[in-house]
Amino acid sequence: MKTLDILEETYLALSANKIRSFLTTLGIVIGISSVIAMLAIGQGAQSSIQSSIQSIGSNLIIIMPGAQRGPGTTVSAGRGSAKSLTLADAQAISQEVSNLKGVSPEVSGRYQVTAKGTNTNTQVVGVNSAYPDVRNVAVDNGAFISEQNLTTASKVAVIGPTVRDDLFGVDSNPLGQTIRIKQINFTIIGITKAKGGSGFGSQDDMIFIPLTTAQKFLAGDEYVTSISAAAQDAESTATVQQQITDLLLTRHHIASPQLADFNTLNQADIAATASSVAQIFTILLGSVAGISLVVGGIGIMNMMLTTVTERTREIGLRKSIGAKRRDISLQFLIEAVTLTFLGGLLGVILGWLISWGITYFGLIQTKVSPFSVLLAFSVSAAIGIIFGYYPARRAAKLNPIDALRFE
Amino acid sequence: MLEVKNITKTYLSGNVQFQALKGVSFTIQDGEFVAIMGPSGSGKSTLMHILGALDTPTSGTYTLDGKDVSLLSEDELAEIRKNNIGFVFQSFNLLPRTTVLRNVMLPLVYAEIEAEERKKRADQALRAAGLEKQHFDHLSNQLSGGQIQRVAIARALVNNPSLILADEPTGNLDSQTGEIVLKTFQKLNQERGRTIILITHEHEIAEHADRIIFIKDGLITQDSRHHQKRIARPL
Repeated sequence: MKTLDILEETYLALSANKIRSFLTTLGIVIGISSVIAMLAIGQGAQSSIQSSIQSIGSNLIIIMPGAQRGPGTTVSAGRGSAKSLTLADAQAISQEVSNLKGVSPEVSGRYQVTAKGTNTNTQVVGVNSAYPDVRNVAVDNGAFISEQNLTTASKVAVIGPTVRDDLFGVDSNPLGQTIRIKQINFTIIGITKAKGGSGFGSQDDMIFIPLTTAQKFLAGDEYVTSISAAAQDAESTATVQQQITDLLLTRHHIASPQLADFNTLNQADIAATASSVAQIFTILLGSVAGISLVVGGIGIMNMMLTTVTERTREIGLRKSIGAKRRDISLQFLIEAVTLTFLGGLLGVILGWLISWGITYFGLIQTKVSPFSVLLAFSVSAAIGIIFGYYPARRAAKLNPIDALRFE
Repeated sequence: MLEVKNITKTYLSGNVQFQALKGVSFTIQDGEFVAIMGPSGSGKSTLMHILGALDTPTSGTYTLDGKDVSLLSEDELAEIRKNNIGFVFQSFNLLPRTTVLRNVMLPLVYAEIEAEERKKRADQALRAAGLEKQHFDHLSNQLSGGQIQRVAIARALVNNPSLILADEPTGNLDSQTGEIVLKTFQKLNQERGRTIILITHEHEIAEHADRIIFIKDGLITQDSRHHQKRIARPL
């Protein structure tokens, strides 16, 4: 039997039972489209987590103070509560550690901030002029905190766009205006560019003031709440982290790293952890969708078995006029594969539309990868062969005499 | 030419052996119109299955056009059915919701004949079977019983087989349409020299053939030629 004839027979057989063929295919369509959409959501989530981690700075190492412990007690105030890092530590790091792009000591705290009848509660961070470089922040309007501001401990502030919107209204220009933090007036000298995202505390919802000002007027001591250091490139991040740890241990006179009064966090580690979480999430979604694909495959098998029984006499006739086993089994197998292949095609389109819709309505930024499309196609073809094989074999094995007598 | 020599067929149902054919021998020349007659359970269906290469005998030989068919494999039997035999069934067995032309062309699809040639041959076969051209594109379920059986005859003819096997071809038709179908067979035999074997249990139908082989309990009881004028008619 020629290939073209088999395809024609398949078309005639499937179009003879349009609704049944459609409903059977629907099982595969749903299976494939959910696999595509779920993988797109998973991969979209993965890349949005990655980009929000990237947005806090690249090749970043964050040093935070360790837990505060009172002598002889077991009560811990939690990590980051101790006051063990100083400006001098930050200066030592920037002088002694190689492959550094910048070091930014920070003093942060949450305060109620007021301006001309409005107020908001937000993060106020004392920073030096290296901050924009280290933490990937850019100024949209005005200027960032300068060395001059630092040495004179001037009362100036650079605010994030969210803070501006909250205090002065959306898209206003509050340059030169005054805000009050802890009863102290600060003049706005700059507004940062919106970065979007949330992740590790949105940098859009922050007020930046000179580090010296923060220590003098807000915190009232010489300590810093964290130090951010940026390595030159991704490869040197680990060695920079090691050098910083060693340096601080020496400076704080601590013998073993287990007893350190500070913690270092490497951005690559955070990213790896987050993306492995996202990957598990993707696998979970994908396997749930995969189950529906198997159910769809069983639907195909069910329909093919019904078809074989219904068409027993037809099979008998075909055999009596010279059809060989191979002709019959090929005919039924190709019917099954055609159904799953069509289902796969429609499923890819539907899955792509679902992913597009999810992105369009801003739920999550999805990403349909060519890999998942290829996977969906090969899985649907394989399902056709696997679930079509048994019915086709059953048809081919029918004895023509019995098949012709079948009522 | 078709030669059957001492054919037996034994079925095993459970532990009981049942011998449907107990040694049957005959020869049918090309161009003969033979009826095989017998009551139900006589073994005539079994004989038809063997003659039609749907089944093989337990012992004995069956030679069709000089080829021993009795020892062939399943696929080889399919090959014989494709090239040498045309079937006409009591229950017609046309493909439903399929045009007349497509039904007749089906054997040519398995014979891998070119599409153009298929149409031509199907056209010829349908004319030979006496179906009017206006019905060629009708669906098989839009036809009357007599027309359906003529389509089935055309399908049996289309491969140019050496033997046409008709199993109770008038069984589902009223006597008037049955007569038309039988006339069609006679015409094919007389005008086109087709070898036809008609299996039936009715004497009136068997009468249309030139030679009647009676079979009972798996044995031939009588083999008679009643139309003397037609014996050994040259092709």
